[in-house]
This record gives sequence, C-alpha cells and structure tokens, in this order.
Amino acid sequence: MQFIKTRFNYLFGSTKGLILAAIAVIAVVTAIWGMLSGPMAEMGVREVVIKLLGMDIVQSEREGRIVILYHSIAMAVVAIETYMITGLLKMKEFFKMSVRVLITVGYILTMVFGMGFAYFGHNWAFHGLYITGLSLIFFAGVLLCVALWPWNKEYYVTDKDYAHTKSGVDLERTAFFATAVTTVISALFGAVPGSFFGNGFEVFLAENVIRLPEKTTMEYSVIGHLHIMLALIAIMITLIIGRWLNFKGAWHKVAMPLMILGTIVLNLGVWGVVTPLEPIAHMIIYVGATPSMLAALFLLIWSWSRFIKEGTEHLAKPTFLQKLGAMVSDPLKFGPTWQMLFMNFTTSGIGIFMAIRLDEIFRMWPAREERIELTGHWHALSAIIATIILMYYGDMLGLKGKVRQIYGWSIIFLSDIALGAVTVFEMKRLFITEAEQQPLVNLLMYMIDFGLGMLLVLLAVVMVWRLTDLFKPKGRWTEEATHELSQEVVK
Amino acid sequence: MKRNTLHATRDCFVVATFLLAMTLLVSCAPVDLNAPLPPSVTDPSILTAWAQVPAGDFLFGQHEKVETTDAYEIMVTDVTAQQYADFLNAALADGYVKADGENVVGYYPGDPFHGIDHEIEIKAGDWAFIPLDDPSQRVKFDGSQFTVQEGYENHPMTMVTWFGAWGYCGYYDYRLPTEIEWEKAARGTDGRPFPWGWEIQRNNANFYASRDPFEDMKTFGSRTTPVGYYNGSTYGDYVTLDSKSPYGLYDMAGNVWQWIGDVQPQEGFSDRFMRGGSKDTYDMDLRAWVRNSAPPMYFSPGVGFRCVR
Repeated sequence: MQFIKTRFNYLFGSTKGLILAAIAVIAVVTAIWGMLSGPMAEMGVREVVIKLLGMDIVQSEREGRIVILYHSIAMAVVAIETYMITGLLKMKEFFKMSVRVLITVGYILTMVFGMGFAYFGHNWAFHGLYITGLSLIFFAGVLLCVALWPWNKEYYVTDKDYAHTKSGVDLERTAFFATAVTTVISALFGAVPGSFFGNGFEVFLAENVIRLPEKTTMEYSVIGHLHIMLALIAIMITLIIGRWLNFKGAWHKVAMPLMILGTIVLNLGVWGVVTPLEPIAHMIIYVGATPSMLAALFLLIWSWSRFIKEGTEHLAKPTFLQKLGAMVSDPLKFGPTWQMLFMNFTTSGIGIFMAIRLDEIFRMWPAREERIELTGHWHALSAIIATIILMYYGDMLGLKGKVRQIYGWSIIFLSDIALGAVTVFEMKRLFITEAEQQPLVNLLMYMIDFGLGMLLVLLAVVMVWRLTDLFKPKGRWTEEATHELSQEVVK
Repeated sequence: MKRNTLHATRDCFVVATFLLAMTLLVSCAPVDLNAPLPPSVTDPSILTAWAQVPAGDFLFGQHEKVETTDAYEIMVTDVTAQQYADFLNAALADGYVKADGENVVGYYPGDPFHGIDHEIEIKAGDWAFIPLDDPSQRVKFDGSQFTVQEGYENHPMTMVTWFGAWGYCGYYDYRLPTEIEWEKAARGTDGRPFPWGWEIQRNNANFYASRDPFEDMKTFGSRTTPVGYYNGSTYGDYVTLDSKSPYGLYDMAGNVWQWIGDVQPQEGFSDRFMRGGSKDTYDMDLRAWVRNSAPPMYFSPGVGFRCVR
C-alpha cells in the first residue's frame, strides 16, 4: 500500500510527476489514434486497431470524434503548461494546489470520458463527464488568473534586470497573467457554440467551410476559438521557456511589454470576428501577432547570445565556428528557441505566403488542397509546441552528457525532418502536378513517418525508463518528488 | 577535440543536405503517364443509360436536413472520354467550340458578380473547356479530329473544366446536376453515407491506396478506373463489390470528383462544388455529403462529371 501511495504522491503531487503523467497519457493517445489515419490507414493498421479495441466508428460522426480527440490532447497539454507555470512562478500554496487538483481531474475526465464517448459508443453520461472535465479546467484557469494577479505587492520586483513598471509590477508576470486571462475568455469562444450543440448547432471542421463566404456567428466563434487557443498555448510556452532560461536584461525589458500588447491585441482581433469588426478582424490579428512574434525573436537573440558568451568566455578571440559550437552545445537549451525559429518556416511563413497570394494561387486550387495547407500548418505548430515541452522535460529529468545530446538532437532532427516534409507536402502543387506527384509524395511520407515514428519511439524509451524507475525504491522519482522547477531556473 | 567534432558535424550536415537534395530531385523526376492499363470490360449498355430518380424528400448533408427534389433522370455513369471526344467533334463542326491551339474553348454567358472578397469575376466570353497541351489529357486533337488515347475510351472524361462539363451537358439539352440532385442520386433516401450502404471496403470504389489494379503507388499513383468498374465483376484476381447507388448509378463515390451545376450557391462564392471523392482522396472524402470546390476554370486528372435531364 505504501508502495502505491508514495508513487501516487509523486505522480499527482509533484510538478515533475504531474508532467510525466500527462506526457505519458498524451504519448499513449497519440500512438494509438495516430494509427487511425494517413499511411497507417493505407496499410490496413486502422482496421486492426478498431477491431482490437472494439471502437464504434460511425461515418457521419468523424468530425465530432476528431473535435473530441483534439480537445482531449489539448487539455493535457494545457495541464502541462499549467504545471510548469505553477512550478516556476511564485504563488500562494492554496492556489497552486487548487489549480493543480482541478486541472488534473479535469484533463483526465476530459480524456477518459471524451474518448470513451467519441470512440466507444455513445454513453451520454460519458459526454456529461467530458463536459465536467472541461468545466473543471476552465475553473482551474480562472483560479490561475487570480493566483497570477500581478498587482499583488508580494510579487513586485525591484531587480533592474527584469522588466517592471516604476511601481514594481513584474511585466513578465503580467504577460503570464494576460495570456491566462485571454485563454480563459477565449475558451468561452468554443464553449458557447459547443453548449449550443443541444439546440441545433452542428459539428463541423473549420477547414471544410473556409471558402464559403456565408458563415454563422457560431461558426465564426468556433474558427476564432481554435486559432486563438493554439496561438495562446504557443505564447504561453514561449513565456515558460523564457522563465526557465531566466530571460532578463534589455531584451527582456523590450520583449515583455510587446508580449502583453501582442497577446491582448491578437485576442481582440479574434474576438472581433463575431462583432461588426469582422471585416477588419484579420488586420487586427496581424497587428497583434507581430509584437508577440517579435518578443519571441528577442528571447531567441538573447538566449543565443548568452549561450555563445558563456561557451566562449575562456577564449580570447573565438572564431565563428567556435561561437556556433557554443551556441548549439546544449540542444535542450538551444532547441526550444530553434524550434520557434523553425516554426516560421512551417507555420508563420506558410500562413503569410498564403495570405499574400491567396487569390492568385491558393484559391485557384481546389478546396481540398487548401485544406491540406490549413490542417498541415497547425498540426506542425502543435507538434513544435510538443517538442519544446519535451526538450524542457529532458532538462527536468536531469539528462547529462551524451544522453542529453542524443535526446535533444534527436528531437530537433526528427521533428524538423518530419515537419519540413509536411511543409513541402503542403506546398507541392507549386512545383509538381497531380499526375506526377506520387514519387515525391512517397518520399515526403517516408520522411514524415520516419521523423514522427522515431520521435514516438524515443518518447516510448523515455516512458519505459521512467516506468521502470518507479519500481525502484530509491529511483530518480524520489529526488524529483521534492524538486520544484523554480529551483532549477538557469542561473 | 571540440574543433574536430565541429568539423564532423559540419561534414555530416553537408552530406545529409546533399543526399536529401538528390533524393528530392529524383522524386521530382517525371513518371510514365502512359503506363499500360490492366484489362477490363465495360458493359456498353450502362454508357448510355439514365437512372430515374423520383420526386420527394431525402436526407441531405452530414446532418441529415430534409430536402426535396422533383423527379429527374441522371446518367448511370460519368461522361466517358469517348463520349466527350464525340461531343467535341460534333461541336467543332457546329461552331459550338473552337480549338485555339492550347485549349478547346466555348462561350459561357458569365456569372453574376458582387465584388465580395475573394470572389472571381467570371465574365461572358470564351472559356477553356479542356486543355490540349497537358500530358494528362486523354482526348487528343490532330487539327481536325478529336480522338481518345487507346485504352481510355471508357474511362471518365477528366482534365475538363466546369465550363467544359457545362458545355457538354448544354449541347445535348441536358444540364449539370444541382448539389441536392447529385446527393439524392448518390445515397437515396435512407441517410446512408455511401451509395452502396453504410461502410466502405477497398473494393467498393477507386480511392487513394485502394489497391485496385490501375494504381501503382510506387510510380504514377492512383489512376481512373473505367466507368461502372465496381459492379461485382472479377477482373483477373481482383474482385469488385457491386457498388451501385439505390437508383443504380455507378461511381458516385470515388474514381473522379464530379462537377455540380450550382452557380453562386452563396453570394460571392464563385467556386463550383464537386462531389463524390476521387481516386486521389481518402475514403472519408467518398462520403456522400462531402464537398470539394474549385474555380470553374480548374481541371484535373481526378475531376469529371455527369449530366441530368
């Protein structure tokens, strides 16, 4: 009994344990449900999985199933980010505990009963529990906002290295707060049409209606919701990585106000799609996205400069290659910001290119081609966020030496090969015809499958290692149970 | 030591980039678009047959909204390449179409235009019916006569724009089906997602990686099958399931997307809908309610049409 109790306390009572548990469930869901589509379906694996697990797949419910699947995974990711925030930032113990309990119960209910409802017959009690889970996560978000309140004098900063107002309000904490508050409000953007379901709202995937000029307010709301939630998850992980790396100095002082401004304006633009501002909403979104992305760029510049400085301080006149070597010497610290830069190729760059050449190029193609670009670029963004989390998690695990190098570079190379191939796949019509594309498609699919497949294998190795560690009386978990992320912020 | 590691890393990067670039180049090499076709037999009676669809309600769309239609007749199969070549020969002689070198063009009276964002202005004038210079085009023109590449006579006519589909139907006093007519003909009245029923198997229809004898995913990928191919016949070792719709139509799921006749179903929407999925899409796109759309000047080896009257 004591054996189970101590492990349970680690997994659900400590920051690293909670993160491990959430990563493990995401890994399992991704591995199983990843076999239901794409090349795995082509190879016939889907039928085997459906039969083995006794799934009840109804053709007309595919879109609904996918919506629940996305929410189930997203809620676990939101939980991981919340654990990181509550582990990194100062807050009252009551709030820290309450937020964690609510969000943990919330994401588990969401995932277990949501997936149960979507894939294993329609037990409406399961649907109720799925909604309960989402509601608990929402409430956890509200509590997190209260916990992060930046105008509490306890959290004022005086250190000149960090962005703050004249009175001492911590602007980094304010950025976290602004992101949390806008996330909670934006969650309502999905919740309202979702609740309207019982009153005739019909489930749909945004990528399937994108070209139709007439959309209902509820449809706009859903489209806004899915875009902004992913953007906010990305903004939050940027802030988290900044805190972990101890982002400070002049770049920090410029970046944090930009992050606050960008987050608020971005959200105003998205919320504007259901108001008379709809015709200019996209313009407001661009205006908001720019400072947010600039803030991430400043984090990148600051962190890379720091890695170079620290890695070459023993050299009188470091060469370019020595500087480059210093910059990339620790893949777990270099990796997150590199992935943010790479994101500009897979997501932002594609998005901007599409926006600029929409009518001349993309709207000349069939809607299904546009769907590939739309779904591809946000799947790529989601995967990039996941890799950043995994790199931070690698540092939490205390990986050192060669293992750290192999783990970090594997994540970077494997994900970048896969996501680079996804991006070429999205844009293939620019340089190859439908009739001649198959060999290229095959190559790209091999790259995508290899990259993502090996990434999952790497994750499985880590999970198996962590599982076996849990059986050891003095395993690594015993140390992690008492460590807090704030103690491990880079000095 | 550190310098050696750096050099090794740089060399690895250069070699990996070179290999990747070479593999990409090889992958972009042209494929044989005229690879031999496997044997097949098409029942000639279905090529000219029309199915009767009675007036009445049916369940439309994924969310099964009740819609109603008048009675109409719809072609049992897609218009074939041979039928289209025959049309072009007749229409060229009549002056209904012209061959301008790169395209066969015909007159279209234009769409209403509202100047809404992303709306394309389709003015009255000559528009391309089919391209002649594309290697995927199976209808050939020698300057006076249209013929069909051998083996493709009974395959659905592809590489045809919406104007070309509209022009064909109009020439014979037919028309393209509305979206509602098309879907009713495909799924009948009981709400089924596929023309033949509720689930899909690989030998129900021609879709991406459905392993039919016409596809080779290592080289040219998926190709069209002759119309009415999935009728329960066995071709060599390949056994098809009889996959006709409740009204007896073939290929209402898979093989080629089919142009729909609706013009501006929403104000400012200049695309034309396409229905049915194709040889190039996964099975989910073969569900009867799934929409695709493209501007009317679009053509592809995976898009065809049939008419109603």
